[in-house]
Amino acid sequence: MSLSERLHPGLNLAGTDPEGHEAAEETLFGFWIFLMSDLVLFAVLFATYAAMSVQGIAEGPRPAEVFDLTAAFVETLLLLFSSFAFGLAMLEMKYRENRRGVLVWLLITGVLGAAFVGMELHDYYVMITEHAAPPQASGFLSAYYLLTGTHALHVSSGLVWMVIMAVQVAVFGFSTPVKLRLMRLALFWHMLDVVWIGIFTFVYLYGVAS
Amino acid sequence: MNWELIFGQIKWTSFVFAGMIENPSLSEAIASGAGSIAVLGALATVILLTVKGWWVPLWRDWLTSVDHKKVGIMYIAIALVMFARAVIEAALMRAQQLAATEGAGFLSADHFGQLFSTHGTIMIFFVAMPFITGLMNYVMPLQIGARDVSFPLLNAISLMLTMAGAILIMVSLVVGQFSTGGWSAYPPFTGIEFSPGEGVDYWIWAVSLGSIGSTLTGLNFAVTIYKKRCPGMSLFRMPLFTWTTLCTSILMIFAMAPLTAATIMLALDRYAGFHFFTNGDGGNMMNYANLFWLFGHPEVYILILPAFGVWSEVVATFSAKRIYGYTSLVYATMCIAVLSFAVWLHHFFTMGQSANVNAIFGIATMIIGVPTGVKVYDWLLTMVGGRIRFSTPMLYHINFLLTFILGGMTGVLLANPGVDFQVHNTLFLVAHFHNMIIPGVLFGMFAAVQFWFPKVFGFRLHEGLGRASFWCFAPGFLLAFFPLYWLGMMGATRRTYMWSNPDYVPWLALAMLGAGLILAGFALMVTQIVVSVRQRAQLAAPLGDPWDGRALEWSIPSPPPSWNFAVLPQVSSQDPFYEAKKAGIAYRSPAAYEDIEVPRNTATAPLIGLFACAWAFGLVWHIWWLAIVSFVLIWAVVIARSFATDTEETIPAATVKALNEAFLAAARATPGVTRDREMTSDNKGRAHPEALEGRAGTLASGTAVEAL
Amino acid sequence: MSRRIAADTPTVDHAEEGRERRSYVIGLVLALVLTTGAFAVVGLNLLSGAAALAALGLLALIQAVVHLRYFLHIDLERSHRDDLLLILFTVLILIIMVSGTIWILYDQHIRMMP
Repeated sequence: MSLSERLHPGLNLAGTDPEGHEAAEETLFGFWIFLMSDLVLFAVLFATYAAMSVQGIAEGPRPAEVFDLTAAFVETLLLLFSSFAFGLAMLEMKYRENRRGVLVWLLITGVLGAAFVGMELHDYYVMITEHAAPPQASGFLSAYYLLTGTHALHVSSGLVWMVIMAVQVAVFGFSTPVKLRLMRLALFWHMLDVVWIGIFTFVYLYGVAS
Repeated sequence: MNWELIFGQIKWTSFVFAGMIENPSLSEAIASGAGSIAVLGALATVILLTVKGWWVPLWRDWLTSVDHKKVGIMYIAIALVMFARAVIEAALMRAQQLAATEGAGFLSADHFGQLFSTHGTIMIFFVAMPFITGLMNYVMPLQIGARDVSFPLLNAISLMLTMAGAILIMVSLVVGQFSTGGWSAYPPFTGIEFSPGEGVDYWIWAVSLGSIGSTLTGLNFAVTIYKKRCPGMSLFRMPLFTWTTLCTSILMIFAMAPLTAATIMLALDRYAGFHFFTNGDGGNMMNYANLFWLFGHPEVYILILPAFGVWSEVVATFSAKRIYGYTSLVYATMCIAVLSFAVWLHHFFTMGQSANVNAIFGIATMIIGVPTGVKVYDWLLTMVGGRIRFSTPMLYHINFLLTFILGGMTGVLLANPGVDFQVHNTLFLVAHFHNMIIPGVLFGMFAAVQFWFPKVFGFRLHEGLGRASFWCFAPGFLLAFFPLYWLGMMGATRRTYMWSNPDYVPWLALAMLGAGLILAGFALMVTQIVVSVRQRAQLAAPLGDPWDGRALEWSIPSPPPSWNFAVLPQVSSQDPFYEAKKAGIAYRSPAAYEDIEVPRNTATAPLIGLFACAWAFGLVWHIWWLAIVSFVLIWAVVIARSFATDTEETIPAATVKALNEAFLAAARATPGVTRDREMTSDNKGRAHPEALEGRAGTLASGTAVEAL
Repeated sequence: MSRRIAADTPTVDHAEEGRERRSYVIGLVLALVLTTGAFAVVGLNLLSGAAALAALGLLALIQAVVHLRYFLHIDLERSHRDDLLLILFTVLILIIMVSGTIWILYDQHIRMMP
């Protein structure tokens, strides 16, 4: 087996850290399976939303009446740039093992992620106070809050995880376990951005367009 | 003082004994009796552990262990304890239905509702699931020549989450009531409007804990099989039990998510007034059925596939013949795994979708019978020309072939939506799925226990009592369930606690008789285990190969050392150990030994399990402080663990060498036992290979196993 | 687990690093273009009705592929076979579950009393 061979999807350590690269194969494959299982969870939430956003309006407001596309666009950009920043943090880790560099990029990622969650909470606040659209109002809104809420919860746990990893980078430096954890967090973060593509398209844009 | 802040919704009337005091009746007495058994059982265990001084060994050697073998044994222990409860509940329901023709019987409607809900929930989530998971845990790593699973700690965490769910269900015997909504818990009946109590919440959280545990198990096993096979063990050299484990793991990974989604939505409806499945405000209860069976149908195959693997191992070993049609069995397993995701609608044909939808899912359902048929032919053809020994596992296998085919036939009948409309929600359906699950899964697990018990504990089970138990279980099953087909066609609905039709009585009496036989079979099985433990000296088979086995697990001592293989084996064919014995190269000393790294024991998993149980209990009773504190503690344990660096210990090569050389020397010095003396005390676990008698199979060329 | 000593730190491979950095930048640019396009379709009313929905769906699909390719580095030629099988199988399950659910629920819905 050549050491530069790709052993798993995502950034590989081949070339710079052969030992870590080999250790990564099993762990990252396991994490990919977790991500796929998580994706199935999101898929059924999407399917439920697809039905309820049309059939479950009842006496409540329609999607187009409560969604704010400007906010959704800004949130999309925040998450996208935060995903990009994490990519740069990983390159810093892989090629330089530079604590300062990694921590700075992680900080940028985290701030963007936190801004995303903050904006989403603000969205909820506006919907509940100005549009009388709490999750208890209709089946459509229940499905909306569960889908976007599950995503926001994932992003928030990613943020907590990021804080822990920052501490571990500071305490342990770039030992193999720390590197593997950062690689998994990166996959998690990028995957949440993929799920968000589904949300801004099928929830916000479809909601306003139809 | 606001007591609700501390105790949530628990009041003294929540305890099961309060019902007996306030409103004495036979039904309440039975409920209190069950509660007392749960309390006394727990108390007796505590006293036993204290008197014998077993607390420390229990904690040090078992609960904190991450060894896949110990984890497997603990899973099966959970399954057997929960089986005892659920089978007694089944007998109670049978007795009630027999007693309640033109009368009320002895159970209240509500109590009967709890019985069929706990019976179903326990049998699926806390008997069948832990049983197959425990078995896969124990056997699969040994079959692929691995020292452990890929993520040993995660494995222990899965176990502890399952245990937390099981404890929660046992607690519901004493504190509060369980759901009356059946094991599938359909809303709107299980919504807050119609089931305001704690019962459905018990169901939600117990099932969610078990479901998270199973997802993690599936992930762990799939990675193990993909990445930890020993050198030379290509996918198409894996034993069939490992193949079915792989397919089951994949189903677990993907099928549990819809269940989690459904339980979360039901919980949000109940706790926070959401409208996923409510009657008004845009709720849609049909989506619950859809989500539940998106999980529920693959779940059926999660249960049956490992049993199919067991049957493949048993029939090959006790026919002394290589399995017929290995490749077709593998492909049939894969087909079943994929198709199982495309048939879920047949559980709700009558819900009102158009005929086209029903037709497509009906056809898909019939198609899934084809690969199963392929397997049946393969098992039959394995026996053709073999030298069959009618040992207990083989008796179960033959019984399985006969009865499972009948159950499969009724399944094809039910796959036709027109027929399904007639017998939907009747005892015909109850008979059908018990006909698949009891001879298929449950007896498969019993056969597996008889088969692998000597590997796990180093001594065989008493054969005479095993057969006696079989001869109660098999006819008991037929008597208990075949009358239900007939009753179903007469129009008897399921989950009914009293009847008005006297024509049902003789059939119900027959079924009651069958239930009695099943209980007798279970009693004999317990006796068999007790007697075998007492006679373990005569039954000892420490050399590891009592049945002239075929896969790698038989090549190591019984019970295996914590590191499984002294030196990782090198494999060059299917049935590697059998081929090695044939070629006369089994039990050879390896050229060199190396130090072995094994994970240290850790309190992480039991702590997570404990806090998860407390978290769920807090949620059930709205004890918010407990729920919040336990939730924080769960994650605190996880984070603390991630800072631990010294998680492995080294076993020196000299230790491994001493133990392994002693085992190999003993194995070489012991004369092999022939198959006709297999059930006598001559059988010390060294087999005289059938193959050397020149009766079965041809010699494979080349060396099969080099470093055993 | 302490800090690596200097001799142990990896030598920087500039060509490889440049290639991987470029991958992230390409991903970012493409994602920005696709996202802006999708929001423009609705915000500027470029399309309407079924055409809008189809275009949005297509844009989302392309953007998901861009993310998978440039951020998650999944590559049909160079990736490990086990991983590709896993991902493709997941896609199959997702399609079955999502399309099946939508089909069933809509079919039931149109047969209900208004």
